[in-house]
Amino acid sequence: MRIPVLEISEVRKAFGSEVVLEDISITVPEHTATVLIGASGSGKSTLLRCINLLELVDDGTIKLDGQEITSVAANPDEIRRKLGMVFQSFNLFPHMKVLDNIILAPMRVHGISRDEASEKAIELLKRFGLSEKADQYPDRLSGGQQQRVAIIRSLAVQPRLLLLDEVTSALDPVLVNEVLSTVRDLKDHGMTMVLATHEMGFAKQVADEVCFLEKGRILEWGSPEQMLENPTNPRTKDFLQRVHEAGRL
Amino acid sequence: MSNEARREDGSTPNPAPYSFGGEWSPSAVEIERRIARKKQVRRKALIAAISSILVLGTLATIVITSPGWKVLSATFFHWSYGFQVLPKILLGFFESNLILTLIASVSVAFFGLVIALIRTSRSAALTPFRILATIYVDLFRGIPMLLVIFLVGFGIPALQLKGVTNNVFILGIIAVIITYSAYVAEVIRSGILTVHPSQRAAARSLGLSNFQTLRHVVLPQAIRRVTPPLLNDLVALIKDTGLVSILGVTDAIRAAQIEASRTFNYTPYVMAAIIFLCVTIPLTRFTDRTLRKSIERQNAQGQA
Ligand SMILES: Nc1ncnc2c1ncn2[C@@H]1O[C@H](COP(=O)(O)OP(=O)(O)O)[C@@H](O)[C@H]1O
Ligand SMILES: [Mg+2]
Repeated sequence: MRIPVLEISEVRKAFGSEVVLEDISITVPEHTATVLIGASGSGKSTLLRCINLLELVDDGTIKLDGQEITSVAANPDEIRRKLGMVFQSFNLFPHMKVLDNIILAPMRVHGISRDEASEKAIELLKRFGLSEKADQYPDRLSGGQQQRVAIIRSLAVQPRLLLLDEVTSALDPVLVNEVLSTVRDLKDHGMTMVLATHEMGFAKQVADEVCFLEKGRILEWGSPEQMLENPTNPRTKDFLQRVHEAGRL
Repeated sequence: MSNEARREDGSTPNPAPYSFGGEWSPSAVEIERRIARKKQVRRKALIAAISSILVLGTLATIVITSPGWKVLSATFFHWSYGFQVLPKILLGFFESNLILTLIASVSVAFFGLVIALIRTSRSAALTPFRILATIYVDLFRGIPMLLVIFLVGFGIPALQLKGVTNNVFILGIIAVIITYSAYVAEVIRSGILTVHPSQRAAARSLGLSNFQTLRHVVLPQAIRRVTPPLLNDLVALIKDTGLVSILGVTDAIRAAQIEASRTFNYTPYVMAAIIFLCVTIPLTRFTDRTLRKSIERQNAQGQA
């Protein structure tokens, strides 16, 4: 069997006395997408930040391509080069044009020349229909366009694994779809990803596995069909019911 | 306003990509509104002019008709004498105040940045430097600069150390740099702290190192935000270079003082003041404009 891209085992994370993640184990094989669902505050962002080493776990291990990244000897800068992360609030660099946002990491982290990095960045912008925005500052773009630029920025370093944290939650409903179809496109091209989302319809389309988090624990997991249509755990049912009522399914 | 003006002369540079039936021309309502608006503008200008003439005129009359005005204007505004001593004062200004400003502002920018970086860093190795930097900033923001100038200018030569300069000009510059670096460090530090942590997180998650994040993401945003207060500090620095005259440096103020004490006429001081104003007023205007622009930019970002 091939080594999975990501292997999380028995991870625990606490902020002070508040336990935010408890006994989390998830395996993400190559070219698959794992979707984290759960109420606000259930620990989805914290889990993604732990994978990215923006937070340190308190127990358990995380392996990337078989290499333990939670080991003390691991170099966080080196590991983050293999990961892409997209945030709910886009977090584009406001003082840089779109193109400069995208080529910053390829140039500074991966030592690619400006010309080569720009060429690749423009290719990506074209692929996602944003090529005419290359010379604009992020604040001139709509939220949906900003988020797509943020996705392109994380793709430009050719990550092994893409982490997406509620990438549509800050967007107007009419802008959600353009971002979701971008993510779907990536999935179709074989990108391995872990994503937190409240868009259940979208989860059903891209997920290979869905994990339901509550109060930092995985209460139930399985295929999207089973999880979203026939959940066995009453809390999962309850949660889906509430999301449904909020009008997002 | 500019849009209206363009439409009136009928040469819109960018014609609308679509049209709802022919050329647009202002309706009767709009024309009436414009006439009314023009009237309002004219009335406001008139009111502003009348009130300015009244207030400023009254003030001028009070000053000029006061009993001591003749004597005062002879001792402070003796222009022919003023122009006669102007070259000496200008020489002092260029040789001392300006050079001092140039050297000090570059050094202050450097040391201020270094201290701000030390104070905002979290590296364990830098802990002792962080403590020292904090003490330094607290100390020199709390002592009047005049005292620092005295302490450095008279204290260091009194130590009679070998190889240490007795040159008052250099000692004066050092005192100015010591004081202003403490202020500027705090301004830059506050700029660094206002950059949102999510910007750091985004940079780090792209694989940028701590230093690269600082260099390419945090500092550019921080410096942009604190440019207006830094320009304010530059104006203050230019004026404060005059303080080194107490060490005996022949700057514009000292040159004026020498002249004034010779003739008991104070016009040289006024000339020195005018020279300072010639530099500081344009700079203050520029600072205002930078501030306004930076606020506009931040508002635009808030809306996005
Ligand atoms: N830096 C932090 N310090 C303290 N508590 C935190 C921190 N980050 C997150 N938390 C807490 O952890 C819990 C989970 O948060 P989060 O992972 O953001 O949930 P989700 O993304 O599912 O909404 C919340 O109760 C939150 O208050
Ligand atoms: Mg979250």
